[in-house]
Formats: sequence, structure tokens, C-alpha cells
Amino acid sequence: MLLNIKNLHVSIQGKEIIKGLNLSVNKGEIHAIMGPNGTGKSTLAAAITGREGYEITKGEIIYKGQVINDWSPEKRANEGVFMSFQYPIEIPGVSMTNFMRTALNAQREYKKLPPISAGEFLKKMESKKKLVEIHSKLTNRSVNEGFSGGEKKKNEIFQMAMLEPELAILDETDSGLDIDALKVVAKGVNQLKSKENAFIVITHYQRLLDYIVPDFVHVMYNGKIVKSGGKGLALELESQGYEWIKEQFDD
Amino acid sequence: MADEKKEKEMLEDVTSGEYKYGFVTDIETDQAPKGLSEDIIRLISHKKNEPEWLLEFRLKAYRHWLTMEEPNWALLHHPPINYQDIIYYSAPKKKKELNSLDEVDPELLDTFNKLGISLEEQKHLAGVAVDAVVDSVSVKTTFKDTLAKHDIIFCSFSEAVRDYPDLVKKYFATVVPYTDNYFAALNAAVFTDGSFCYIPKGVRCPIELSTYFRINAANTGQFERTLLVADEGSYVSYLEGCTAPQRDENQLHAAVVELIAMKDAEIKYSTVQNWYPGDKNGKGGIYNFVTKRGICKGDRAKISWTQVETGSAITWKYPSCILKGDYSVGEFYSVAVTNNYQQADTGTKMIHLGKNTKSTIISKGISAGKSNNSYRGLVRVSKKADNARNFSQCDSLLLGDKCGAHTFPYIKTANPNAIVEHEATTSKISEDQLFYCQQRGIDMEKAIGLIVNGYAKQVLKKLPMEFAVEAQKLLAITLEGSVG
Ligand SMILES: Nc1ncnc2c1ncn2[C@@H]1O[C@H](COP(=O)(O)OP(=O)(O)O)[C@@H](O)[C@H]1O
Ligand SMILES: [Mg+2]
Repeated sequence: MLLNIKNLHVSIQGKEIIKGLNLSVNKGEIHAIMGPNGTGKSTLAAAITGREGYEITKGEIIYKGQVINDWSPEKRANEGVFMSFQYPIEIPGVSMTNFMRTALNAQREYKKLPPISAGEFLKKMESKKKLVEIHSKLTNRSVNEGFSGGEKKKNEIFQMAMLEPELAILDETDSGLDIDALKVVAKGVNQLKSKENAFIVITHYQRLLDYIVPDFVHVMYNGKIVKSGGKGLALELESQGYEWIKEQFDD
Repeated sequence: MADEKKEKEMLEDVTSGEYKYGFVTDIETDQAPKGLSEDIIRLISHKKNEPEWLLEFRLKAYRHWLTMEEPNWALLHHPPINYQDIIYYSAPKKKKELNSLDEVDPELLDTFNKLGISLEEQKHLAGVAVDAVVDSVSVKTTFKDTLAKHDIIFCSFSEAVRDYPDLVKKYFATVVPYTDNYFAALNAAVFTDGSFCYIPKGVRCPIELSTYFRINAANTGQFERTLLVADEGSYVSYLEGCTAPQRDENQLHAAVVELIAMKDAEIKYSTVQNWYPGDKNGKGGIYNFVTKRGICKGDRAKISWTQVETGSAITWKYPSCILKGDYSVGEFYSVAVTNNYQQADTGTKMIHLGKNTKSTIISKGISAGKSNNSYRGLVRVSKKADNARNFSQCDSLLLGDKCGAHTFPYIKTANPNAIVEHEATTSKISEDQLFYCQQRGIDMEKAIGLIVNGYAKQVLKKLPMEFAVEAQKLLAITLEGSVG
């Protein structure tokens, strides 16, 4: 098992947001997590990636057989956990190229590998840029600065392609994307997908799941996974909305 | 909140890097006794075989200094300086005149190697002429031949006094007279050496001129004097870089730099300042009181100051431009980083006298630890300076919540046509940016470095290539991980 989350409780500033969540993900699988806004999907992603301020009050996150509750965010990243941010942040003055090279070399240093050579790095950049149909000039610009919404999301997938994670969490990567950008994102995921990695795709709409076909769909509500199923569950949610979930699970 | 506390601890941890250049070069020195008097000034002048006029100048400056008081308007705090407890003359003992690098004291070369700026390398690879000033006396000037071909003069100040007395007399102390301020008067009285540079009419200096200053002997105040003249239509880029060995006593430094750009001439003056900032508890460190000023004497002249200030316990420094010629241009690009107990009060003055003069000020202050970082700037437009324009942008970045950032922009315009724009921002490194980096595998220390270098990029990119790399490393070292 790649990821095993057991009875997870997460609080932000003393307020419990995740309230006893269980989830297991095997290599080679794609899991979709759906659910209404404010239900804790991003909080779950933050807890898995180790963001400060997201306090695990109970339960365990087990990744590749180890409890990672106390691991630093960068250790998790270097062990292969990647997140495509719902709101990618701008870092003025830091070029994408410099940023990516720093990230890649951090990962290599962690794995006790020498820094990547300039030539090798550029080659890798070129091939991954093609994969996500990203313009050359985008990588010369500062990280996310002045990027359109679509460019920011493509840029996240580009970084994922560069870092080749074992567990990738896509937090509403589809929100605000037009159909062409959506296809590019999906193409990126589908090409990277292998028997050795897994994806958790957080989404509000089932639209993305037409292009990224999930093995499992989970419905999250009020800090818990309340229903799991196959791809059919997504279609059900699409046609019936979240109201029936709310009715069923509101106390 | 526990997490907040953790973050603070981490920030402190990554911003507390020890000074890396704290080593002492053991070169025999020839020192004057401690203290300042007319006799000491006569001794300095005598040691340097100076002409009578220069001794007279020094004595006049000294007598004037005695009537002055230390300025106290800057946002700086330090115990009183005992000017009688300072050694005003110290020179490495020279056995003979040096003709090539091979003759330079191997220990000195080793010092440069530790700094990663081996003269050898610079000479062969970078094409930089290096005039290394160690303990006040120029030890070696390289690339003299190349420069001679273009009739460029680049030598120590003492040599200039001896070999080019007319040029020196014509320009010396015309931009910064000894009456200018307390520290300029002190410098005029006791300066021991420095650099002199003259670019003749129409000459584009083919190499970056570079001086590495280094404070070396214990208790030695440094009083450098730099005079740079770019004659009509000439161009020069000048680099000044400094590091100092670790010391417990505070060391006073009061340099004076004068730039003169004639009609259509351009001077680019870049500084990377990394003197010993004192330890984590604020003990020791250099007191850096510098007067730097340039004058655009002729029409269309241009002077550009770029500085990266990472060192010193105290920095008091306002590189300025007097824009006298019509259409002349003044620029000031600055990054000042303070950490631990460092204090910096730095900025610029742009004095618009000519018509259609233009100035740009870009200042980036970065404060960490318990440090204080102030921008102090003056833009003055005289009555006659029709259509003068200034743009100022002063940004402050705070790391942690125990440091301070302050901005004191003064604007005085006597001309209704002047356009003066001022923008200022204060920001903190955002937690979102840090987490974004960390999520990509970059640790906190490297992340802060990356973000801070990005923040300072507008200024760093103004530096010559080989300097920019060193400057980036310095930012990282100064904030150690909080600046990668
Ligand atoms: N930084 C924060 N501080 C306080 N409350 C937060 C913070 N982030 C999220 N929350 C709260 O946690 C709940 C879940 O948010 P989130 O995980 O973003 O939901 P989703 O991604 O499912 O829309 C919401 O009620 C939100 O207001
Ligand atoms: Mg969300």
C-alpha cells in the first residue's frame, strides 16, 4: 500500500476540520475525492503534504509503510509526495527555471545523487514542457507571476512531470479551466500514470473524470469520507448534486 | 500557538549563520601608535612621502574636525567611539616593489583564495584588474599594461599623488570637501590610501576595474579615499568588494569615494560590502561610516550606484549624485540586508541642478533577527532644474517580528515642473511562498534564500555578472538559509 490514512483528525487553530477520515491508496490507482465546498478536501491535502498549522490531533498517515505525521513538508516531497496547488502562489523574481532546478537538485541531494548537469536539466525541461504544451517563455518568467489561471494549473502539472512523484495530489486542478486546458492537464496525468505511482484527484465536478478515469471515487462531507464507489458514483453526483448527501449525513 | 512558535524558532535558526570569512591573515605590519593628533597626521604624511600641500590639507581638515560633532540624526545606536583608541596608520611591510603576482605574499594570496576571489583566476578568467588594498596600502595592481594601452590611470591613491599630482589636485576633495560631514573630515585628516582612476576623453574602459578592500590589523581604523574621474565621453565600470576577518573590538571605517563624470561620460560604481557584522549577540563588528558622492558635471553624464550591503555592525552610507549637467542621469540601486543586531541607515541623495535631469532610486531592505534597517533618501530639485524627474521605489522585507524597517524619504522641489514619484512597500515573506517551495522539496533555509534573491533581483541584475553571483551567495550566507 502506498498511502494508508487511519482515523485522521485534523484541526486548524483548534477547530476540527477532518473528523476521522480513512483512505487507502495502492500504487497504480487513481482516486477521486469529491464533495461540496468547505468540506475539508484541501485540508486533507495539506495534512498529507505536512503544511504547518494543520495539526493532526488523532490518527495516522502511513506512507510507504512509515508513519509520516511528524515529517517535514520537504521530506515528504523528496520521498515522492507532490501536490498541485488549488491556488498556486507567485514568487516574484525567481525564474521557473531556477526554481525547478533548485527543487530537482534538492530531491537529488536527498537521494544522495549529484546535482543534475545543466545540459541534462534543459533537456528534461524541454521534453516535459512539450508534455503539458507549455510555452517556452513561461519558464523564463518568475514562478506563476502574471500567469493566467490556466497557465498556473498547467505549470503545476509541468512541475509534477519534472519531479516524477510517487503520490500526486491534484487539488481542484480543473477549476476554472477551459476544455482545452483541461485536456492538457488530463494528458499530463495519463502520460505520467504508471504501475509505480498513484494519484488523488480532488475535484468539484465530474467533468475532469471523463479524461482522467478514476479507479475509485470518494465522497467527502463534513470532514469524513461518507461514501466510496467506482466511476459510477461520480456520475450519480453529477446528476443528483450533493443535496442528497447533505440530507443523509447532516446530523 | 505552538506552530507559530516552531516557525519562529526555525526562522531564527536559519537566520543565524556564523560569519564565514572570519580569519586573520598574518602579515607583518608597520603600525603607528594609537591615537589622533597633529603629530600622528604628520607621521602618516611623512610615511607616505607626501607633498606639503597634502599635509596642509590634512591638518586643515583635522582642525575643522575638532570643531565638529558626531552626527546623531540616523536611526543608529552605538557606544561612543573613542577616537584616541584607534590606530590610524598600519601598512604591510613591503620588502620591495612588486612586479608580478608571484611576488605577492603567499598568505595574502591564500586569503583571497579563501574568499573565492583568487587574483590569479580573476586575472586570467574574468579579465578584471584588481587593485588589492590590504591594510591601507595597495599591494598589487594588475592589468596595468592593458589599461596603459588606453591611457587609463588606475593606481593607489599614494601613487597618484606622486605620479599625477596635477590631476589629483584638480579633482581631489571637490565633490566631498572636508567640511562636508564629521566622518568626511576625519577621513580627509587621516586617510592612508585608496584608489585613483582616470579615464581619458572618449575611452571606453575595456575591463571592469575592481578593488578588494580588506581590514586586517586589529584596532586599525580604515580610512580609504577613492577618486574616480571619467573625462568627456568615456565609460567605466568600477567594482568595490569587501570582507573582513572576525574581530571582537569594533572597528571604525570611514571611507570617502568621489566620482566625477564629465560631459557624456558614464560611471557605473558597484559595491558588495561584507564586513564583519559582529556576532549573534551584537558583539564586535565594523562601524561603517562612508561618504560616497558623484557629480555629473557635464551634459548627458550618467552615474549609477549599485550596492549590496550585507555586512558591518553599523552602516551609515548615502551614495549620492549631483546632477549638474543638463540631461544628466543619476541612479541608485541598493540591497541592504541586516540580521541579528546589525543596524543599517542607508539611502541616497539625488540633487537635481541641471535641466531635464533624471534620477532613479530602487532600494530593497531586508531585515531579520533583531536588526534595524532604514532607508533615508533625499530628492532635491533646484529652481533651475526644469523638467527634472525622479522615480523612487523603496521596499522593505521583514523576516520574523523582532526586526525593524523604516523609510525616510525627503523630497524638496523648488521647481513646479518637476515630477517626483515615490512608491514604498513593506512585506513579510509569506508562509504560502515558503510552503510552496517546501512542497517541492526545498528546505526552509534554501526557500528563504530563493525568495529573498528573487526579491532583490531588480538590483542584483544591475551588478556585473561575476559580482552578481557572489552577491547572491552573500545574501544567502547573511541570512543563512533564510537566504539560500
Ligand atoms: N487556514 C485556515 N484557517 C481557518 N479555517 C480554515 C483554514 N483553511 C480552511 N479552513 C476551514 O476549513 C474548512 C475546510 O476547508 P477546505 O479544506 O479548504 O475545504 P474544501 O477544499 O473541501 O473546499 C472550511 O470551513 C474552511 O473555512
Ligand atoms: Mg479546496
